[in-house]
Amino acid sequence: MSIDMAQFHQIFFEESFEGLDIMESGLLNLDMGDVDAETINTIFRAAHSIKGGSGTFGFSAVADFTHAMETLLDEMRDGRRKVTQPAINVLLGSVDCLREMLTAIQDEKTLDQEKVTQHKKALDTELNGADNTASPPVQPKQPIELNNDNAGWRIAFSPHADLLKTGNDPVRMFRELAELGDIDITVDLHGVPGLYELDPEECHLSWQITVHGNIPRPEIDDIFDWVEEHCDLAVQNIEQTTQASSPAFDEPPQSAAIETTPPSSATNPPIVSESGQNEKVNADKTPSAGKSSASIRVDTAKIDTLINMVGELVITQSMLSLIGEHFSLNKLDQLKNGLAQLERHTRELQESVMNIRMLPISFVFSRFPRLVHDLSSKLGKKIELQLIGEHTEVDKTVVELISDPLVHLVRNSLDHGIETPDERIAAGKQETGTVTLEAFHRGGNIVIEVSDDGRGLDKDKLRAKALEKGLIQDDAVLSDKQTYELIFMPGFSTAEQLTDVSGRGVGMDVVRRNIQSLGGNIDIVSQLGKGSTMAIYLPLTLAILDGQSVAVGDETYIIPLGSIIESINVTERMINRVAGKGETFRLRQEYLPIIRMHEIFSVPNAKATKLTEGLLVVVEGQGIRCGLFVDDLLTQQQVVVKSLEANYRQVEGISGATILGDGSVALILDIPGLVRLSNH
Amino acid sequence: MANTDDQSQQQMDSKKPSDMAQYLSFTLGDEEYGVDILRVQEIRSWEPVSRIPNVPAYEKGVVNLRGAIVPIIDLRERFNLGHSHYTPLTVVVVLQAFIGGKPRVMGVVVVDSVSNVIDIEKTRIQSAPDFGAKVSTEFINGLASFNERMVMLLDVNKLLKLEGVDNDET
Repeated sequence: MSIDMAQFHQIFFEESFEGLDIMESGLLNLDMGDVDAETINTIFRAAHSIKGGSGTFGFSAVADFTHAMETLLDEMRDGRRKVTQPAINVLLGSVDCLREMLTAIQDEKTLDQEKVTQHKKALDTELNGADNTASPPVQPKQPIELNNDNAGWRIAFSPHADLLKTGNDPVRMFRELAELGDIDITVDLHGVPGLYELDPEECHLSWQITVHGNIPRPEIDDIFDWVEEHCDLAVQNIEQTTQASSPAFDEPPQSAAIETTPPSSATNPPIVSESGQNEKVNADKTPSAGKSSASIRVDTAKIDTLINMVGELVITQSMLSLIGEHFSLNKLDQLKNGLAQLERHTRELQESVMNIRMLPISFVFSRFPRLVHDLSSKLGKKIELQLIGEHTEVDKTVVELISDPLVHLVRNSLDHGIETPDERIAAGKQETGTVTLEAFHRGGNIVIEVSDDGRGLDKDKLRAKALEKGLIQDDAVLSDKQTYELIFMPGFSTAEQLTDVSGRGVGMDVVRRNIQSLGGNIDIVSQLGKGSTMAIYLPLTLAILDGQSVAVGDETYIIPLGSIIESINVTERMINRVAGKGETFRLRQEYLPIIRMHEIFSVPNAKATKLTEGLLVVVEGQGIRCGLFVDDLLTQQQVVVKSLEANYRQVEGISGATILGDGSVALILDIPGLVRLSNH
Repeated sequence: MANTDDQSQQQMDSKKPSDMAQYLSFTLGDEEYGVDILRVQEIRSWEPVSRIPNVPAYEKGVVNLRGAIVPIIDLRERFNLGHSHYTPLTVVVVLQAFIGGKPRVMGVVVVDSVSNVIDIEKTRIQSAPDFGAKVSTEFINGLASFNERMVMLLDVNKLLKLEGVDNDET
């Protein structure tokens, strides 16, 4: 009976990475002065389940490594060891190392063994450090001393009925025991019920095992480590049976508590459940082939809503089919009602399915405490991070794509924004700087603000720098806003010296481009000496877009409503031709280029070829304004964005496609792409 | 279980399923072509496409295939066999390929007719001779004869490659 373990690997990795995140955030939350036992417990549980999982799947390197971490944590939990900053740093380092190990296993790459050894050594040093008086299980010295003239162990092992369901096999454990020394096993068959009551998936046996030989206690504990929560276990020294209360006996974590734990204590206890927020189910339970399989964790409540709606839909459907079976004209009203209900349910269902893709922004925010912790000590600054609106929900795609730009912005705030403690005191501010990450909804957008109470942007400095780099002319008149936007120019950096944190001048332009590619934009508000705020505006979802459909010849195109400024009829007087080729028109004080849609897309049968006959839609994209010349405006509607690239290619000037009410396909225009296309 | 037995068995029973490949055959003008039936997702009739600007002429446009945007290419134009007129009787064969690590679904216009599903012995497929510059053999996987007619077997992966998108490596 062999089970293909590989199918569970994906779940194991997901759970382990989640465990690592929990450990990381727990470690960062540990307050030196006042250690919260529950926090350490949470960290410990996460470490324990990673150890358990990796042992089960045969990733022994990971299991060994986690074991050392677990020991350290166990001692902290029992109060045998003080929680010190160095210890926490070592643990944080180990979390990183563990993450790398797991990633390496997942990607089937080779591991940087040296790094692992280094971290392991740091852990061991920490473990065997000065104040380590008690005997940790990995430190073999003391137990050996204890059992110096030990003839062996007597083990009473009575598993709970659910032991086999947890994937543990007693036979395998006995085999391991046998490797330690000669064993005698007596099985107790009293618990076995009659054939008719027998559930073959339950374990009804218990065993008395005697292991002969001079064996250190931890080696015995290791074998029973994975099952200790699913069995009653008593290990006694053959000779020193009175030693039941020896310190070594309390070693296996939780073993004392286990004896009284009812078997109902779930099958996979330690994973996640520290707060309601983590109560999620894995919506994608089927592990699909391929390593890149993306899964999404969804709140159970959302799934419940969905199931309810499907239920209602089924009821409506059966009602309709009943009407259909015995239809007569006087049932027409009923039919209409039913159809209206069907429509309502379908729409609700659609909305809640879209809702599944929404994730709380905390998925992105959660990485920042660590970043701030690491960077502030590196930079020698005191910085506090505030997270507001972590539960704001955003589309999964946005969550994935926004994290890199955000990291960049936060790094910038830490490095350039917040001053050193001395500078802050000199400026009459609190020694500790504050960086705030806030997310909230406004209109159809989600706004993410990164603000700091640091030195703010210096307009004169920005201007001087831009002049020096030749980005602006001497006599350029810039508004505040325009000045701030200089930092988004490629090759711009005001940091006096480059650090490895930020300041290479690549980045802010990339940040802006990334945000714009998501259909959003970024705004800066800053006050010299008081701090600055970067606000990112993003569309709630990338899957649905407000669009204006326009007609060009026989074809229909969609212009994203957000990029339209206005639509105008031009008169001959407003049009200027530049060198006989390019055309511009004057809109109030500005001259804007005209892009003729029917020419740039070579559309046949365009109705309007003279500029005065059609309409100019004034659009803006990446700061560039232009007029799109189309035949006519059609309707405004919400469109579902479909990818062209899934089966086809990327087309310049087109960002995607959508399906219109009549089933035909309409293309969605990409304004910046159109401008590039027209410049060729 | 002697090996020789197995071999003679195979020689005798050459129509074992594993030795046969099924192809969907169709005609373009006077020529008969075949595509691996396992790559055929469905067969549809022609419906108007939404034109895509600034792409090669044989890429006719995209259609809505049950919610997915699927491009349609014209086989005649792809093979430089002239232009076609589309009627509701024109056949579109929707094919699947695996290109650049991603699955791709694409419709291929066959103007004349889809004739048959034919069984061809794998061993009877011969590699395509070099026709010189006259006919492009880049899409042809091999030749086979069926009922005394020559069928050109098309390489679906190459057929669905798009100029300027997919690299030329196989």
